[in-house]
Amino acid sequence: MARMTMIEAIRSAMDVSMERDGDVVVFGEDVGYFGGVFRCTQGLQQKYGKTRCFDVPINESGIVGAAIGMAAYGLKPCVEIQFADYMYPAYDQLTQEAARLRYRSNGDFTCPVTIRMPTGGGIFGGQTHSQSPEALFTHVCGLQVVVPSNPYDAKGLLISSIENPDPVIFLEPKRLYNGPFDGHHDRPVTSWAAHPLGEVPAEHYTVPLGKAVVRRPGSAVTVLAYGTMVHVAEATAEETGIDAEVIDLRTLLPLDLETIVASVRKTGRCMVVHEATLTSGFGAELAALVQEHCFYHLEAPIVRVAGWDTPYPHAQEWDYFPGPVRVGRALREMMEA
Amino acid sequence: MHDMKPNPAGRLSLHVPEPEVRPGGKPDFSNVTIPKAGSVRRPEVDVDPEEIRDLAFSIIRVLNREGEAVGPWAGTLTNEELMEGLRHMMLLRIFDQRMLMAQRQGKTSFYMQHLGEEAVSCAFRKALLPGDMNFPTYRQAGLLIAGGYPMVDMMNEIYSNDADPLKGRQLPVLYSSKEYGFFTISGNLATQYIQAVGWAMASAIRQDTKIAAGWIGDGATAESDFHAALVFASTYRAPVILNVVNNQWAISTFQGIARGGSGTFAARGLGFGLPSLRVDGNDYLAVHAVARWAAERARRNIGPTLIEYVTYRVGAHSTSDDPSAYRPKEESEAWPLGDPVIRLKNHLIRVGAWSEERHTQMEAEIRDTVVAAQKEAERHGTLHSGGRPSMRDMFEGVYAEMPPHLKRQRQQAGV
Ligand SMILES: Cc1ncc(C[n+]2csc(CCOP(=O)(O)OP(=O)(O)O)c2C)c(N)n1
Ligand SMILES: [Mg+2]
Repeated sequence: MARMTMIEAIRSAMDVSMERDGDVVVFGEDVGYFGGVFRCTQGLQQKYGKTRCFDVPINESGIVGAAIGMAAYGLKPCVEIQFADYMYPAYDQLTQEAARLRYRSNGDFTCPVTIRMPTGGGIFGGQTHSQSPEALFTHVCGLQVVVPSNPYDAKGLLISSIENPDPVIFLEPKRLYNGPFDGHHDRPVTSWAAHPLGEVPAEHYTVPLGKAVVRRPGSAVTVLAYGTMVHVAEATAEETGIDAEVIDLRTLLPLDLETIVASVRKTGRCMVVHEATLTSGFGAELAALVQEHCFYHLEAPIVRVAGWDTPYPHAQEWDYFPGPVRVGRALREMMEA
Repeated sequence: MHDMKPNPAGRLSLHVPEPEVRPGGKPDFSNVTIPKAGSVRRPEVDVDPEEIRDLAFSIIRVLNREGEAVGPWAGTLTNEELMEGLRHMMLLRIFDQRMLMAQRQGKTSFYMQHLGEEAVSCAFRKALLPGDMNFPTYRQAGLLIAGGYPMVDMMNEIYSNDADPLKGRQLPVLYSSKEYGFFTISGNLATQYIQAVGWAMASAIRQDTKIAAGWIGDGATAESDFHAALVFASTYRAPVILNVVNNQWAISTFQGIARGGSGTFAARGLGFGLPSLRVDGNDYLAVHAVARWAAERARRNIGPTLIEYVTYRVGAHSTSDDPSAYRPKEESEAWPLGDPVIRLKNHLIRVGAWSEERHTQMEAEIRDTVVAAQKEAERHGTLHSGGRPSMRDMFEGVYAEMPPHLKRQRQQAGV
């Protein structure tokens, strides 16, 4: 076991994968010599050479398109989009190409590509360094979507993603890179050093895709969260004294419906929290599934707490971010319902 | 240029370009061929682009080592205009220094400076007319400074305070001002380049007289939108100037990654039949002369021009970046095209229009002006203290008229 930040855990996942499998290649903007603007690929070029870890021209469509071509040849690319906000130029390659290679060629060509991208806000990044576009991927048949919330999961899930035979969108909540964050932006930053999930095996292991985990057992209400919002939900439960069961979804697609349904049937209440904007967000899908599967167990309407339906602002970052105040208020209202 | 080694074994290998040196190495720009100032010809603006293909591989320069303005591109500006240009560049530089310091003091989240590249945007602006529109990147604030935009409003934007013209919505330095011919800057690279072409096409559709200028960095020329811009500009002969600022670096990535096997960035224009010029970006006079040439072409309805400005990014990419991790510290010192401020200053001294004393005096005056503007901006507030944009501002401006769902959310937020 070793102590790792989320950055180190993600790096370790790529390192272990490259070591075990010569077909794994890593590339993206600034990822080669420099090791990425968040340093997730630091040292990989030195260790594996510049034909297995390299810088690319700034063209996100090119990154994903080239990765698809390499995958068609038989490699397993794990590529980085510098910020999730910059994946849009690659959207065509992702949604109509990567996602459908297997289906349209009847398995003749497949696309074992992992596309990593930092996601979410909390760093005063303004509207083009803060977005949470997960719902734009979960809506695309053929893609899988992963959002880790801690170093241990990040490494295990990234290795699973790289080893998966189909494309995986791997969203890394950038506010969690260096430490857990519960939404209390006015408190001193914390590091992973003191967190149990900052304890990470140095060697190969996997966390399976499609398996959620109960982060905080509780009986009063089920809170469905992923990424940074897992920490916000946990902290809010403690602060409000509401006995919430916090589920960290970890993978949005495939989704661990079983864990969700078992919890909501037990608590009779369900809240969904995400940083992404509300309308047509992933919370809408979760709410629909919960009402389909748990309708007769529900004691209150399902509630969503999400980013407002505006672009992510700069100065008003903490008015926008669905932090513990908003989640807490919603939780209390829900318990009164 | 191409080191094509024989391949007897019949085995392929991947070519991954590398810069000449990395940290610890000795800076080496011996591969950068610098033609003598004044040596590149000045064609007529209605020249057939096919006849000037060589200009995409040369560098147009006006100021020589002695500080003289020489050759066919010299003489587009008077000494008074040059003194004003010097003032703009120094203003931009001092503005940058103060804002970098403010960022370090926690008064804002982020900043991007222009150090070494001041001539490009400051001189270019002087070749435009009122009504023309720039589609800039984050590294052309000289367009605003030289266009007379109030410095204090730039600072208000950087501080995201209650006087921020953009209501705190945008990241620092992503200014916007239609009135000053400055299109709203996007955080997403290259999108503005094709938009510039569209704006220019609209001007032509309306039979207007205005022209547009698109701006992009060396790194971002790799984006598909760059190529979209070139083909649209070429097909419709849009009245647009397509500027590529080659400052050698794109964050940690050297220009060879975006340039690939093409000799220069200017040469990208050749396949589209665009007249493509390369200019010394640290030479205020050369930048202005070439910009004026391209502006005249556009305004006379002859068509678009691609210009590559050869310069060097002396500072870090942004306040989030530390270049010592990927390039030698001494590299900017070794850059063969010198410093744009010093070069223009030396020229003005050489022609007897300027002196060291006046220069020092002006520097002090500018510093006072910038500090005064900063005080005024800080009276409104900075990112974390004083007057800030309201939460209401966050909900407004998404649509012309706020739809019901957003009204509900605003109510829920209690504002
Ligand atoms: C679509 C997109 N991809 C990536 C980025 C991240 N990014 C911001 S600036 C930059 C480097 C740009 O370099 P260059 O075009 O040379 O401009 P310079 O910063 O040197 O002026 C990168 C990769 C972005 N902003 N937008
Ligand atoms: Mg550059």
